[in-house]
Amino acid sequence: MEQLLHILPQSLLDGLTLGFVYAMVALGYTMIYGVMELINFAHSEVFMVGAFAGTEMLLFLQSRGYLGTMPAPVALIVALMAGILMSGTLGVLIERIAYRPIRYAPRLVPFISAIGVSFFLQDAVRLIEGLWKNAFYLTAPSLFTSVITITPGLRVPAKSLIVILAALIMMLALNIFVTRSKWGKAIRAVAQDKETASLMSINVNSVIALTFFVGGGMGGAAGTLFATQYSLIDPYIGFILGIKAFTAAVLGGIGSIPGAMVGGLLLGILESTGIVILGFATHGAIGIEYKDVLAFVILIIILIFKPGGILGEEVREKV
Amino acid sequence: MTKQKEHLFPASGMPASQLLAWVFIIGAGVLFYLLPNSAIAFIMFLASFLVLYKTPAAPLIKLPVAALWLCVIMPLAGLQNTYYLGVVTQAGIYVALAVGLNIVVGFAGLLDMGYVAFYASGAYIYSIFATTQAANFIHFPWAHFPISGMWFWPFLIFGMLIAALFGILLGFPVLRLRGDYLAIVTLGFGEIIRIVLNNLDKPINITNGPQGLTPIQAPALFGHILNQPLDYYFIVLVAILLIIIVARRLEVSRIGRAWAAMREDELAARSMGVPLVKMKLMAFAIGASFAGAMGVIFAAKQTFVDPSSFTFMESIGILAMIILGGMGNVAGAVVGAVSVVVLQLQILKQLSDYLGQLSAEGILNIPSQIDPAKYERMIFGLILILMCIYRSQGILPAKRRLASWWEQIRTRGTKKETEEGVDAARS
Amino acid sequence: MQLRCKSLTFFLMAALVLVVVGLVVTGCAPKANVIKVATVTPLSGSQAAVGESIKLGAQIAVEEQKDAFTKLGFALQLDPQDDQADPKVGVDVAQKLIADKEVLGVDGHYNSGVAIPASEVYKTDNLTEVSPANTNPKVTDRKYLDVNRICARDDEQGPFGADYAFNTLKAKNIYIVDDKTTYGAGVAQQFEARAKADGATILGHDGITAGETDFSAVLDKAGSAKPDLLYFGGMFPEGSLLLKQMRDKGINATFMGADGMDDPQMAKIAGNDVIGAYYTTAAGDINSTPEGKAWADKYTKEFNQQPGAYAVYGYDSMNVLLDGIKKAIADNGGKAPSRLQVSQAVRATKDFQGISSKVTFDDKGDNLYAMLFMKEYKTADYPPAVIQSGTAGQYLQK
Repeated sequence: MEQLLHILPQSLLDGLTLGFVYAMVALGYTMIYGVMELINFAHSEVFMVGAFAGTEMLLFLQSRGYLGTMPAPVALIVALMAGILMSGTLGVLIERIAYRPIRYAPRLVPFISAIGVSFFLQDAVRLIEGLWKNAFYLTAPSLFTSVITITPGLRVPAKSLIVILAALIMMLALNIFVTRSKWGKAIRAVAQDKETASLMSINVNSVIALTFFVGGGMGGAAGTLFATQYSLIDPYIGFILGIKAFTAAVLGGIGSIPGAMVGGLLLGILESTGIVILGFATHGAIGIEYKDVLAFVILIIILIFKPGGILGEEVREKV
Repeated sequence: MTKQKEHLFPASGMPASQLLAWVFIIGAGVLFYLLPNSAIAFIMFLASFLVLYKTPAAPLIKLPVAALWLCVIMPLAGLQNTYYLGVVTQAGIYVALAVGLNIVVGFAGLLDMGYVAFYASGAYIYSIFATTQAANFIHFPWAHFPISGMWFWPFLIFGMLIAALFGILLGFPVLRLRGDYLAIVTLGFGEIIRIVLNNLDKPINITNGPQGLTPIQAPALFGHILNQPLDYYFIVLVAILLIIIVARRLEVSRIGRAWAAMREDELAARSMGVPLVKMKLMAFAIGASFAGAMGVIFAAKQTFVDPSSFTFMESIGILAMIILGGMGNVAGAVVGAVSVVVLQLQILKQLSDYLGQLSAEGILNIPSQIDPAKYERMIFGLILILMCIYRSQGILPAKRRLASWWEQIRTRGTKKETEEGVDAARS
Repeated sequence: MQLRCKSLTFFLMAALVLVVVGLVVTGCAPKANVIKVATVTPLSGSQAAVGESIKLGAQIAVEEQKDAFTKLGFALQLDPQDDQADPKVGVDVAQKLIADKEVLGVDGHYNSGVAIPASEVYKTDNLTEVSPANTNPKVTDRKYLDVNRICARDDEQGPFGADYAFNTLKAKNIYIVDDKTTYGAGVAQQFEARAKADGATILGHDGITAGETDFSAVLDKAGSAKPDLLYFGGMFPEGSLLLKQMRDKGINATFMGADGMDDPQMAKIAGNDVIGAYYTTAAGDINSTPEGKAWADKYTKEFNQQPGAYAVYGYDSMNVLLDGIKKAIADNGGKAPSRLQVSQAVRATKDFQGISSKVTFDDKGDNLYAMLFMKEYKTADYPPAVIQSGTAGQYLQK
């Protein structure tokens, strides 16, 4: 028990950091789902490409010797820009090529198309990196290495703070963009009813493209932050993270921006703190390897009682 | 309706194409028999079933041809080339899984992304008892493990029952969920089953965890041990036939109609007196039981199971098969499964082998970074996208019976249009 | 309806053309006297890097031996296959190789979990398999004539690590983490058994998911137990991150891994944190012998990358295989040998001098000369220094 109390603060902090990473990726799922009612299965690969773009930018800065001279936050912002632009553009391209032609096909068809995109992108990135660098694992240079030791049991790495801070800023900005700006209004209109929106002289295609750019850009930013946080990336990092983030989005209520955050944080804390507590409670019978089981069981329980997710609106059936 | 029209317009080119079709079917069969090592003959042989299916002829003519092809030509050629027999058997297992999943997704409209969990439960229930594994936790003096191969047959039923039980277990919590929420819960369920299987090697060693279970006892029948590729081919063939017959009977039964009603509009179905809870649970249970039985067969054929055969991607793969084949259509599920398996195991591998061969002979210089063997998955992804864009209804789109007599009158003569209309309405 | 018929006719016409082409293509008889040797390793998916390096190692062997085979009257060809580290794909590939009668031997697999079911297929036609990297005991414990390996076994490697940890590093309290794969969990289990037998206290044993990157949960738990040593059974991407995150958290326990850590990427990922980390491996320091160094240089020159740890094993396995085929040809009077003859010749391999070690197979197909090495990163450079070595057999778990 004492041991548990001892690691609880650190564990919660780790859970929060992980949760914010999930939340950032979940934002991309939730945005696109909100507008298109489409599980953008390829978002995990958009995230992965963003991670590669950001890391390549950092490596470029490093190889030119700029990295040592410029302040770390500036380097991070430059890398983020690269990640956001690359992933945003990729998001728009995916929509144009793989989703738009089948926008009115049965629901599951775009889903399969997305899986196709996913397979394609994974090995395409591998091919490009293979030809270029002759290896497909990339190690990002670390930007923030300092660690703030509060107590011997609680160490706060600066890079975790950066992830949390960046995620908060992104979510706030996104929320303001969607609820306050003219474009955000258009996005919400299209999300509600494409036909009526187009009658209101909203160009549905450009609004959807914009949604994919913003959603993809969020994924790219998340990817870059992920690369600086964990420093190792390969073309297959998106898969597990994508499933987790999608779970987070559904947990919070898919289509809702605060929901993605709540879902992500809850999932992160369950996976870090929840499972450790469960381990102590069962005297080690349930080890860390069951963390995904715990997360999915909680998900199922929550969805039984709130079928629309924590912050999702329950869809009332119209009679 | 359409039958009549064919008679009215005999000039539409039907006889000529029908003749060609038969030439193709028989030609493909003979060719594959003569050249069992030719990839092209093999693919044509498989395509001949599609042509046969599409050819308008009486079932009395079509069925014997199909039987002859499946029961005589395939085994004979397969004895010459066991790889193709393996490909067909593998494809057969996926056909059965696709038909089973099609009941849940296509008929009842419940998106299930954890289907492979039922397959795993069938595979493990047999594997645990057909290896020495069960001796770890069952200590009866009369129980000897591995059990004899004769038990394979009862275990087909046990596998079905266990899987059906899991199906109902999954069905209960998700009764209220719809669409994508259902998708994530079923996904989670599939992952839970896999992770639990992967970790149940302690405290009591039940599944042997990631080490997997091997060697699994082969089935036996009246003292004969059935462990040859041909044996599994026939076991799978019989299983598919049964599953397809059951699926087709279900589709046109009261239950099938209730599923269709539920799929198209849950609320309307409920108000018409369709018992939703019962129907949903039934769809989950029946779909799952097929997977359970195939799991038992898979375990016996593979002689080794471990949790990595039952990942989320496997569920997605089966889902892709039924969507590519044509959702809600038994024949579509069959075609989808066969084409995906053949594409992955045959066409893409053949292509990369061929390029590799050219490079080995020095004709083509392919640097190792773009070794074609590494990019089979990438090409598969590309094909998925293209199929979705250019054939979004699937290879064999489901022919829906039009909702009402009135619609039949109203839309007479514009069949293509209504087919699309109905599907668009669904989406 | 009209449209349907037309498309059907079109389809059939196209198919007929295919028939003709098919007849022409397949009409050409295959060239006589081709001997194919296959590599089966993961070439796609997340383990592709290792699979690729084994394939490239084997490729060098085939290129070197090509002329020797031409003199014997055979065209030697490499047939690289991808098993995607997936047991099902592995079985399919095995069936494909069995059906291709020109294939006389297999260099592979990489994953024990794939090799076990695949070898059930190879057994049906005695297609011999020399594995560069399957360390799971079960692979050869089935005593198949056609299954061999040149590397050490997990029930030698795990105990080797445990003995070193307990006796030399004086680690009394040990925490074990594995990646819950056939390989990782297998070697961790062997380590745990020997460590317990030696008298160490196992503070905990947890699993992580291969492919994940955040291991804070397991590290929080492990860190609170204050172990002297953390043992990791698994591959280098997870292992390196685990090590890095462990140091970030201020956990100072010694890190020890198994041969899955043996990759140049480890030092790149973990950076300076790698200093002081140990791992056991079946692959010695290739640069320690002149032949090994020359080989590594050749590899680097040819493929523009450093050889991974198992590249030389791919090379040696292939050479053992080719050597067996040559003997089988000689025994068969210069004619193409049967697969059974090749299997017997390969199993009879005795004192074959490879780059990584000598090779003599025992009756199970295990290599009597398989060596185990303990390596420690003194600096953050790959490869780390060998600090202890020994023949694997002496550590075999009783």
